[in-house]
Amino acid sequence: MSTAFGGILSFIASFAIMASIYAIFSMGLNVHWGYTGLLNYGIAGFFALGAYASALVTSRLPTGELAHYVKQAFGLGLPFLVGIAAGAVAAGIIAAIVGLLTLRLSEGYLAISTIGIAESIRIFFNNESWLANGPQGLIGIKQPLRGIVQPASYPFIYLVIVLIFLLIIYVAVERGIRSPWGRVLRAIREDEIMASADGKNVFFFKLQSLVFGAMIMGVGGALYAHYSAAIQPGVFEPLFGTFIIWTMLTLGGTGNNKGAIIGAFIVWALWSWSTFLIMKIVPAGFETRAPYIRYVLIGVLLVLILLKKPKGIVGEERTVSRY
Amino acid sequence: MIELTVYGIVLGSIIALGSVGLTLIWGITDLFNCAHGDQITFGAYIALLFSTMFSRIGALGSPVGPFSFGWGVLIAFVPSIVISAIVAIAIDRWVYRPMRKSGAHFIAAFIASIGVAWALRGVIYIIWGADFHFYAEGLRPALQLPLGIRMRVDEFFIVGLAWASVAAVYIFLNVTKMGKALRALADNPGLARIAGINTERMIAWAWGIAGALIAIAGVLYGIETQLRPEMGWIFLLPLFAAIILGGKGSITGALAGGLVLGVAQQVSTLWLTPTYKPAVAFMIMILVLVFRPRGIFGRRQAT
Amino acid sequence: MKILSVENVVSGYGSMEVLHGFSMDVEKGQIVTVLGPNGSGKTTLLRTVFGEVNPREGKVFFKEKEIGGLPPEQVARIGISYVPQEHNIFPSLTVQENLEMGAFIRVDDWRPRMNDVYGFFPDLTGRKKSRAGELSGGMRQMLAIGRALMLNPEMLLLDEPSTGLAPFLVNQIFEKIVALNQQGVTIVLVEQNAQALRCAHKAYILEGGEKKAEGNAQDLMKDAEIGKHYLGR
Repeated sequence: MSTAFGGILSFIASFAIMASIYAIFSMGLNVHWGYTGLLNYGIAGFFALGAYASALVTSRLPTGELAHYVKQAFGLGLPFLVGIAAGAVAAGIIAAIVGLLTLRLSEGYLAISTIGIAESIRIFFNNESWLANGPQGLIGIKQPLRGIVQPASYPFIYLVIVLIFLLIIYVAVERGIRSPWGRVLRAIREDEIMASADGKNVFFFKLQSLVFGAMIMGVGGALYAHYSAAIQPGVFEPLFGTFIIWTMLTLGGTGNNKGAIIGAFIVWALWSWSTFLIMKIVPAGFETRAPYIRYVLIGVLLVLILLKKPKGIVGEERTVSRY
Repeated sequence: MIELTVYGIVLGSIIALGSVGLTLIWGITDLFNCAHGDQITFGAYIALLFSTMFSRIGALGSPVGPFSFGWGVLIAFVPSIVISAIVAIAIDRWVYRPMRKSGAHFIAAFIASIGVAWALRGVIYIIWGADFHFYAEGLRPALQLPLGIRMRVDEFFIVGLAWASVAAVYIFLNVTKMGKALRALADNPGLARIAGINTERMIAWAWGIAGALIAIAGVLYGIETQLRPEMGWIFLLPLFAAIILGGKGSITGALAGGLVLGVAQQVSTLWLTPTYKPAVAFMIMILVLVFRPRGIFGRRQAT
Repeated sequence: MKILSVENVVSGYGSMEVLHGFSMDVEKGQIVTVLGPNGSGKTTLLRTVFGEVNPREGKVFFKEKEIGGLPPEQVARIGISYVPQEHNIFPSLTVQENLEMGAFIRVDDWRPRMNDVYGFFPDLTGRKKSRAGELSGGMRQMLAIGRALMLNPEMLLLDEPSTGLAPFLVNQIFEKIVALNQQGVTIVLVEQNAQALRCAHKAYILEGGEKKAEGNAQDLMKDAEIGKHYLGR
């Protein structure tokens, strides 16, 4: 394998890993918004919780010299899969608490509340250094199966791991949505009043949906942590942690899992390749500002999608259940 | 504690300026404008553009009386207000109005406003970069007041102008025909249409007013602290909390809400690190939503 | 002169068709009532005339000019005023401000007209500064009609003005409607309450989006068949 070709493959692998992780987030959002009509603008919060939980659970408490620089509340040194599970559980628990507080609120209020929650989580991790080293964050997060291949080829291994999770989650969500449980969720999105008239405890179903979707996002966050091997609170900010995912789902098709995945790949492609392109065409001296062109692009893209094709590229699925 | 409260009133007055505009839009178009914060940032930077231009013209660079900023900044209020208003009306015309016309769910406009926020912020970053800017370099004169309070002279101007602006809007809404029509529109848009009122033109007026308030808020905040591209985003949670506290469409509510948020955030630093301030705003918002969703002055919504 | 002419109008909302080809004529100066049960299309009829809904088929003529498809803002300017059944006042505005809003599109002095309206509904004079949302049902209805009168309309469209009112208030409202008509205002009154027949000149019966009967109001009132089927007697 020539290094140039290998380089391109590596680039594609890295791209695909991030795109897949974002696809997982999108599917989680799809459960919330696409299927149940919950306006979750706090994805970054569940993202962070998943990442931090997994990182803390799988790493060991720093000893000796390192302990001066890195402060951690705990470190259990448990295996990768336990970390992923921990990520899901942490996100799920917080989602349950959040849900109990806010799910009775109407949509707009729910949206703003979730923004606040995500920000609060980020601020919390940032300030409480004893928990996870504050602004500097955690480094050296365990990467599974690292020793098997040469470092340069590791992305391929991780890509396979991520794709497996992507597949599992896809199947889980598809199954879930075609089940009687899923039909209630859809009914709630269509017309909450009628759903509750049918005798369903709307609140309880919304809560389940919130927790389920959040756990998916927790898995995504954990996968991210182990991929980048280092996380800080600054990563989980609204643009990367929440709004880019909304753009992905809106573009790909709300209410459609395949759309969620496609949207993630397209938007992530636009995002990473536009950096590349912009760097090429931008005049000297403007380099520091060039990345911000992406803000404009994503913002305009989102607005255009909403104006022209609110149902997204793939569109909402017409039939959900086999029945 | 008193000093924090005073400082909280100063910041709260600026928040109130933003809240009044935001609640006006919310009352009339049902939109939680997520771009409000970034529009405030934009207003501040436009003023910077003009004030740097004006300040190069001889005496305009020198400070106005006892304040820290120069005549250039004062004059820059005008173009900032005009441009902010135009930008606000334009955004509505091209983004939110088509959605109203096509009967889109109000969520679409909400999400779109987030897109607008990002695009606007990107533009600011591109034109001005990520560094801090100031309206005036140099000293910021302060006064020693009784009760051990230390206030900057600028802050009297800030509070004065903020309250005057809010009062002006209040008077406009209650005394002028156009203002009453805006209130009518917020009350019952269908009936306003039936009465023959051109609702789209009214909405444009509302955005114009909101744009003016946005500009003033931006410049005042820039005078109080500094300009940086993220400054508006930091505002957003307190703004939302303030309008929810004050009640949908209520100007007095927005003023009260802004002040409460300002004071609460400052006083919270007695016990919490300052970076927790947005979390404080969020806490207040959640409390209001759980216990009294219509806010202090809001009416029970018929949905 | 035929001030209003509805010819075979078909209209509805989205995929739902409510009026299946309705026709009616109103002579200038008349009170015409359209009676029908809930869901028969009465409100849709008024909304179609006023321009809130566009007719899918058929035509609407006002003073012999076609107005089907005109938006409400324009219809309000040609001499028609509409009082919807619900949400027909501005609740957080005062009584005075409600009337001012009624006159919003007038370019001339509306003060004399406002005095007329207060004269017509004297109960409102004592509550000029009250918030409209705090008024009782009967006063609210009067204010709603008063708001519509501020434009000096030639024709008034009233959607179930007796809704939710106690019987003696219902009589009061109908008396006011007759008095209004005597001042020269043509009135199209849509109602569920058969009492409306007593003050009307002409009546139509509307059920399921179709015309079931038409004729002189007094005759219809005496007709036993009509009474049995449509008026619950």
